[in-house]
Amino acid sequence: MRNAYIYIAVMAVVSFLIRVLPLTLIRQKIKNRFINSFLYYVPYVTLAVMTFPAILHATGSIWSGAAAMAVGIVVAWFGFDLFKTALSCCAVVFILELFLVR
Amino acid sequence: MAKYSFRFHKQAFLRGLKDGVPISLGYFAVSFSLGILAKKAGLLPFQGFLASLLCNASAGEYAAFTVIAENGTYIAIALATLVANARYFLMSAAFAQRLDPEMPFFHRFLLAFDMTDEIFGVSISKEGLLNPWYTYGAVIAALPGWSVGTMLGIIAGSFLPVRAVSALSVALYGMFFAVIIPPARKSKIIAGIIAVCFALSYVCTLIPWVRDLSEGTRTIILTVVLSSAAAILFPRKEQEETEERA
Repeated sequence: MRNAYIYIAVMAVVSFLIRVLPLTLIRQKIKNRFINSFLYYVPYVTLAVMTFPAILHATGSIWSGAAAMAVGIVVAWFGFDLFKTALSCCAVVFILELFLVR
Repeated sequence: MAKYSFRFHKQAFLRGLKDGVPISLGYFAVSFSLGILAKKAGLLPFQGFLASLLCNASAGEYAAFTVIAENGTYIAIALATLVANARYFLMSAAFAQRLDPEMPFFHRFLLAFDMTDEIFGVSISKEGLLNPWYTYGAVIAALPGWSVGTMLGIIAGSFLPVRAVSALSVALYGMFFAVIIPPARKSKIIAGIIAVCFALSYVCTLIPWVRDLSEGTRTIILTVVLSSAAAILFPRKEQEETEERA
């Protein structure tokens, strides 16, 4: 591993700049339609891409990962908040792995 | 337009503090699973605490920890953080529209520090010009949940039973679903885009050359390509944005 503190410093500086630049510099609305649309879609795309197929390999078995995904999507679909959605995913993995993983 | 004095506003601060408590609990559970990932990447408990205290970003830290786990370059971690956090650019831009134009710079700096999905959500749902003290209250309640949770995740990752670690590892993905699925229910376009993202992300782990790229690099490329494609195919009308984000 390279220097962990330099990694953290880079993360912190980039995270802060992304947030502070619009707050201090943009006092008017962004007009460009492509940029607006692009920025709008970025969160959905990046979170979706990071979630699948990574979730399949996060747990002790592919099947418990897949089940967590199915349950997470359903629970979020019905509008449960962040905490409950996260907890349901954990619960289903825990219960399934009582049988799947020995 | 109502004028604010930017002095300490106790009532707003206390309201924020109260609204921040449930956020903090949710953060704690999720950042605990982020800590498990940080441990896999080789970070010490204090380093995880520091990263979460300074970055306050689930997806951004997740992406960055993936790069650290792969021993990536400093450029790679900067790019991964940038792409995974790009949505905060939009949130901050939306937030800026609701601030008193005369608000001094140091308030804008402080507000930027913890601009997360949840803090943005509770703050922007208030009427009229935003009172920074409300946001500070929410931040002071929520921030410790995130950073301490990450630290405990790294520590406990080593003595918790394997089963429990396995179960907690998916908390982060649960949080991601909570962010992307409700809008997908309202918009077929977003639902379709998410399905395409899942499919292509999977395909990219199969095709030669692309599958040999690091996970972080694949995420960056897929995000830029797919978001551009979506922006070209389904450009958004002006009014739609602020309404739905709030």
